[in-house]
Formats: sequence, structure tokens, C-alpha cells
Amino acid sequence: MKNTILLTALLSSLTTGFAQAETSTVKNLLAVYSTQGVTTADAQQGRALWQKTFTGKADFPSRSCASCHTKDLTQTGKHIKTNKPIKPMAPSVNPQRLTSVKKINKWFKRNCKWTMGRECTAQEKSDILVYIENESKF
Amino acid sequence: MKSTLAISSIIFTVSILTLPMVWSDNDFNWEKISDNSSALATTKNPLYKEECGSCHMAYSPALLPAKSWSKLMSELEDHFGDNAELDAQTAQSISQYLLANSAEHTNSRDARKFFQSIKSAQTPIRISDIPYFKHEHDEIPQRMVTKNPKVKSFSQCDACHAKAEQGLFNEHEVNIPGFGQWDD
Repeated sequence: MKNTILLTALLSSLTTGFAQAETSTVKNLLAVYSTQGVTTADAQQGRALWQKTFTGKADFPSRSCASCHTKDLTQTGKHIKTNKPIKPMAPSVNPQRLTSVKKINKWFKRNCKWTMGRECTAQEKSDILVYIENESKF
Repeated sequence: MKSTLAISSIIFTVSILTLPMVWSDNDFNWEKISDNSSALATTKNPLYKEECGSCHMAYSPALLPAKSWSKLMSELEDHFGDNAELDAQTAQSISQYLLANSAEHTNSRDARKFFQSIKSAQTPIRISDIPYFKHEHDEIPQRMVTKNPKVKSFSQCDACHAKAEQGLFNEHEVNIPGFGQWDD
């Protein structure tokens, strides 16, 4: 019984740990974007951008974030070219998401360029971040 | 005069003897290459696994020569149509790892076959463009790979070679999704 309580406590503190890391990571990034002129981050806009289709080259003339990640952030995605599974984006099912500024910056850069043919603006990144963070409310 | 004749005949004899060793597309004798372990070096580098292996199988660095890795790493912005940009520091660490473990540095028999089939003027960056790769896969029909939605491309080694990530490509362990065991 004691063990169960200990285990539960340990697990919940781990989860809380991730959640805290995620909240502060997003907060820090939003603070950076606010210095670049962003006044409000809009999850609805983020969701719309996530599903918006852009025109691309060659094999994938029509592409969106959802091409690989799917429209449902709690689902496992699949790399459109290599078929490699992509872990869910939603922190509610994948607590490691949104916990590393370095990773977020890396993927924003690569994936915005691939999807939209340019880097995302500070506004777009803010919107996407709060959308992913609050996905369960949609 | 006599010595010229002698030299010419030596040159002629040597040419005749070495002729079969010269690479040509059909009659290259793959078995001539000395036999060491057939397994390819597996990827132990965590940075390489993380940065490259999150989108595709982390290919053994022994599959490409150093010149190919250098070229590929200098073109990450358009990485076979995908953007795989890395920050300068990460790119440099990964390059170092790849170059130190490239085909030139391998003890694997299979990897050496890849390397030796590449003509010196070529710098392939697609492993599936390497002559030995093509030679090994030339009997496999399109419908099983490129037209097979579960495989899609010859680049997905692990779709049919279950132990690819461990560097094992035994031809008796090939299982093509939707078609089953392949044995040639």
C-alpha cells in the first residue's frame, strides 16, 4: 500500500515536472516572440495554420503541418516520405513535447521552410505553440 | 629492342591477368573481396541517431564514402526534397562522426563492396544509387517496392530488412511487406 502511494507520488511528480518544464518553455518562447512584436498568441489561429494547405515542389505539391503530424495532435503521425512514425505532438499524451527550446527552434525552422517555403513569423510560432499546448480544448 | 619486347610482353601479361579485376557493370566478381564480418557498423552515436534518425533510419556511416557524406552534409537545406538543416555545431559533430566511420574505415565486407563499386569520379549521396546496391536489388520488381505503399522507396531498408538498424542485411531474412519472404 505504502509502495503504491510512493509510486503514485513519484509518477505524479514526474508528470508535474514535465508539465512545468513545458509551461515554462512555452512561456519563455512567448516572451521572446513578444519582443518581436507579438501581442497575443491565438490558439485558434494556430489550429487554422496547422491545417492550412501550402503549395510545394515535386512529390508533395500540397502540404501542411498535418501532412505528417495529422490533424489530431494526440495521434501518432507519419513522415510523409519515409513513413517513419512521429510521436504525438500533444503534451497531454506525450509529456516530452514542448520541453526543449532547442528542439522547438530546430523543428520550427526545418518544418516551416518545408511546409510554407519560408520561416514562420513570430506571430505564427506563438499561435502554433499555444495551439499545441492547449490542444485538448479543441 | 629485345628489352622493349620483354617489357611489352610483361605489360601484356599483367594486363591480361588483371583484366578480370577491372570493374564493369556485369562481370564484377563480388566474391573476390576478402571476407570479414558481413555486418555493417551500427550507429552508436546518439547525436546522429537523434538528428538524422528521427526522420529516417539512421543509416550506417559505412554505407557511403567520406566524399559523399561531406557533400550530403553541405546540402541539408534540400535533403532529398526535405529540409534537414542543423545548427553549425551539431552539423560539425555529425560530420566528424560520419567521416571517421565512412566506408573507407570499415571492416565490414558488405560495406567494402559498396565502396569498391563506386567509380572514383562519382560522389553518390543516395545509397540506393550505388552500383553494388543496384546489383543486389536488380531482381526486385517495382510493384514490391516503389509501387508498394508499405515500402515506397528503396531507401526504407528496414521495411524489408528487419535487422537493418543492427547492420544486418542477410538475403535469407528479407520480408517484403504485402509479399512475404523474398529469396533469390
